Amino acid sequence: MDLNSLQHVNVKVAAVDAGGFDLSRVIPVFHRWIQDGVLTDELAIDVADYRHVPDGPGVILVAHQAIYGLDQGDGALGLLYDRRAAVDGAPQERLRQAARAALRACRLLEEDAALDGALRFDGGRLQVSVNDRALAPNTEATDRALRPEVERLLTSLWGAGAYAVERLGEPRERYRLGAAAGRRISVAELLPRL
Amino acid sequence: MKTSNDRWRTALAGRMPAEMAAEIDVFESEIALRKQNRIEERVFAETRLRRGVYGQRYDNGHRHDGRTERTLDYPSGELTKGPDTAWDAPGMQRIKIPYGGMNARQLEVMADLAEEYSDGIAHVTTRQDFQLHFVHVDDTPALMRRLAAVGITTREACGNSVRNVTACPIAGVCRDQVFDVTPYAAACAKFLLGHPDVQDFGRKFKIAFSGCKDQPCGLVMMHDMGAIAVQRTRSDGAVERGFELYVGGGLGSVPFQAKLFDDFVPPGELLPLAQAISRVYARLGEKKNRAAARIKFLVKKLGIDEFRRLVREERAQLPDDPRWRQYVEEAERFEERPLKPAAPTGGAPTNGVQAPDGFAAWRESNVYRQRQPGYATVTVTLPLGDVTARQLRKLADVSRTYVRQTVRTTVEQNMVLRWVSDADLPALYGELAEVDLHAPGAGTIVDLTACPGTDTCKLGIASSRGLAGEIRERLLRRSMELDEVIRGLRIKVSGCFNSCGQHHVADLGFYGVSRKRNDYTVPHFQVVLGGQWDDNAGSYGLAIGAVPSRNIPEAVDLITGRYLADHQAGESFQDFIRRIGKAACRKMLDELTAVPTYEEDAAFYSDWGDPRVFTMGDHGVGECAGEVVAPIDFQLAAIEREAFEAQLHLEAGHPEKGARAAYLAMVHGAEALLRYKLGSFAGGEDDAVDAFRRELYDTELFFDPYARGKFGAYLLRARGRPPADYDAEGARQLAEEASLFVEATHACYQRMASERERQTA
Repeated sequence: MDLNSLQHVNVKVAAVDAGGFDLSRVIPVFHRWIQDGVLTDELAIDVADYRHVPDGPGVILVAHQAIYGLDQGDGALGLLYDRRAAVDGAPQERLRQAARAALRACRLLEEDAALDGALRFDGGRLQVSVNDRALAPNTEATDRALRPEVERLLTSLWGAGAYAVERLGEPRERYRLGAAAGRRISVAELLPRL
Repeated sequence: MKTSNDRWRTALAGRMPAEMAAEIDVFESEIALRKQNRIEERVFAETRLRRGVYGQRYDNGHRHDGRTERTLDYPSGELTKGPDTAWDAPGMQRIKIPYGGMNARQLEVMADLAEEYSDGIAHVTTRQDFQLHFVHVDDTPALMRRLAAVGITTREACGNSVRNVTACPIAGVCRDQVFDVTPYAAACAKFLLGHPDVQDFGRKFKIAFSGCKDQPCGLVMMHDMGAIAVQRTRSDGAVERGFELYVGGGLGSVPFQAKLFDDFVPPGELLPLAQAISRVYARLGEKKNRAAARIKFLVKKLGIDEFRRLVREERAQLPDDPRWRQYVEEAERFEERPLKPAAPTGGAPTNGVQAPDGFAAWRESNVYRQRQPGYATVTVTLPLGDVTARQLRKLADVSRTYVRQTVRTTVEQNMVLRWVSDADLPALYGELAEVDLHAPGAGTIVDLTACPGTDTCKLGIASSRGLAGEIRERLLRRSMELDEVIRGLRIKVSGCFNSCGQHHVADLGFYGVSRKRNDYTVPHFQVVLGGQWDDNAGSYGLAIGAVPSRNIPEAVDLITGRYLADHQAGESFQDFIRRIGKAACRKMLDELTAVPTYEEDAAFYSDWGDPRVFTMGDHGVGECAGEVVAPIDFQLAAIEREAFEAQLHLEAGHPEKGARAAYLAMVHGAEALLRYKLGSFAGGEDDAVDAFRRELYDTELFFDPYARGKFGAYLLRARGRPPADYDAEGARQLAEEASLFVEATHACYQRMASERERQTA
């Protein structure tokens, strides 16, 4: 993998104690984000409801540049930011852009009065993946190229060495890293570091 | 959008069938030309539709957000991919799966594409296609290449052409079939794909095959053309295969039952007759009024006898095509085999093994005993036709482990695994359960079908998927309590009258409408009762009346409750509805038609799964098929592309290829004008140039008012000169000349068309 070609970064932030959370509550929230123009640097288009699909994308907000989803992949609820449009800057900045967007969305959901604090996220449990098999095939070579860059991001967020990183999924899946800080960290705490 | 799109072109070079690769290259060039405004938007729209690249809701750049209508300022600005269709707006990619047949690798690629280009979901349609939503048009060539590399085309998945050829998903393993129609459906799809005789239809054309008359699976009676397997015994005692051939069926706002065209068509006559029918439809079908352009209207207008006479006449004139026989011979060699030995256990676990939880219910509803003893076909129910990438990969795995990759999609938006050894059923169930694909209830009331509706379709009026999801959820909660007669009913939901959800052939069908109530527009569904799924969709339901969307779940309870209470022994739902009559049905629903004021219950004023106040403001112009574009418009767009490709070859340092493309652009331009002038033209390249000289150059029709014969002379001068003769400079000059010739071709066409209009007036 050529690190300079890195694009289409995905970041998923784990939800906390979300076992009984009713995903339908997010649908009006996402619609309100569109009405209020909450995503200032992205063109929000519509909301799609996939609650009927087990371990699926859940409820998503489709923007031109990205898709935000309350994703249920692997049976674990989390906020998934899927960057579709290219991002300028160095590879580290592209990773940071996705992390920033994901954590911002988490914060907005945590603070949304309509959700009444029912949805909380753990900034200490992240997944980072690249949604493009041509740019980042799920191989050892990609891992060698990309993992250090992801670790740079994690270090800036959590501190040097204060985390564990592992490759997730099977070979046919997209290249994906799971990272855990070993302690719960609020998204509000992380945002200033991005 | 994807920065990797070019990489797939290189990575997959040589791994795609040459014809598919060339077709995708052409489309990519057309995208480039459209971006330079060198293809008209309406021509590009039909061009992309014929590659399955479809529009989606809000692609006109406007969306009502529940408070006000907002402009969606897509970064592409003024660039459009069709009339009033923003370039950057997300679209839908339809992917043809002839007869629904897929292998493991194809499932894996579908999974990858759903993740990378869509929203993580692949959607099975009511015509055995796949659809991916929220796809950017710029990504479609890469997406198509990845499909082509595993043998899948999107060609003619939309547009005014032959759509996916469907077939009964249990053909070949069905206990009731006369014979396996699979290979004939495949032959028909292959023969008509891109065929010149299916390029000038006024509307789409849908074909279905069924292995028997009585069962529903093929749904022949609701198709433009349908074939049902039959056999007859000849005087010498030999049994002969054939087809009952039907034409002129269709759903839509005006549903028609297909008419019997011929009660016995031998396999060798199937393809020529399909071709002759296509020709008659192209020649006589309506072109201007889309609403009356399906073949059903032509058959009605002419009468089936006259239509049949015209087709027979056309058939007699068709030049022989060796593919008629070749494809059928190939078809007759088709064989599908199991992977595992038969184990006639009836699907029950053996040797005292405990059945997994839920296995018995699943086996009851989702396992079909094949005609081949010891084997079963398993239906994998997909809620509303949606499947995730992870689930698709698991399906690929189990299709390798338990069967010989014999997977098919179904028109009920599910998938089937054929040839499962009975002994493997418990293990297969366990593996499907790992990814939540083990839900029971296939073909029952909880297995609802719904078109995309307002979720993504521009024509959608109400939320078919939202409603179907709500009804499904409610029914699932009490599925164990449902009486057997209720469980056996089918519910199908369409977002509008166009019937993509096939509501006409459901026991309980619903389609989206709107009503003005209390100064608001309120989402409603028209209730259609008693449609017949059996006998190949043998009769359509009765429209009873419109009920507010919010009350439809109660309507379902009321109707099914009444059927349970009042049906006579053995009385089908269809017979019950006919017996009690439309008036009684309507009376039953009367209490549900009232709409409270907004202040009393605001929920009535929004749709299922969408909290915005309901509006018809987002309702757009459908792209179910694009505008009718005359063949010459496509031909003129094609020569633009060829002239453009000549420039690309030159840039890449290939003068010989550049010269060849430039010359072909001129020849094809000449042919387009000749066809327009003469009605038809056939011949080689030299014939075309000679005819061009005779018909267009010597007559001065091609002459520019100022430059006179200069541009036409470019073609005449290039005739017969081999491409290898051109050096880089000569090839560049020829490419420049070809560009000017293309412009002159457009101008000539406009002069001839104006003259024709003037004479007509």
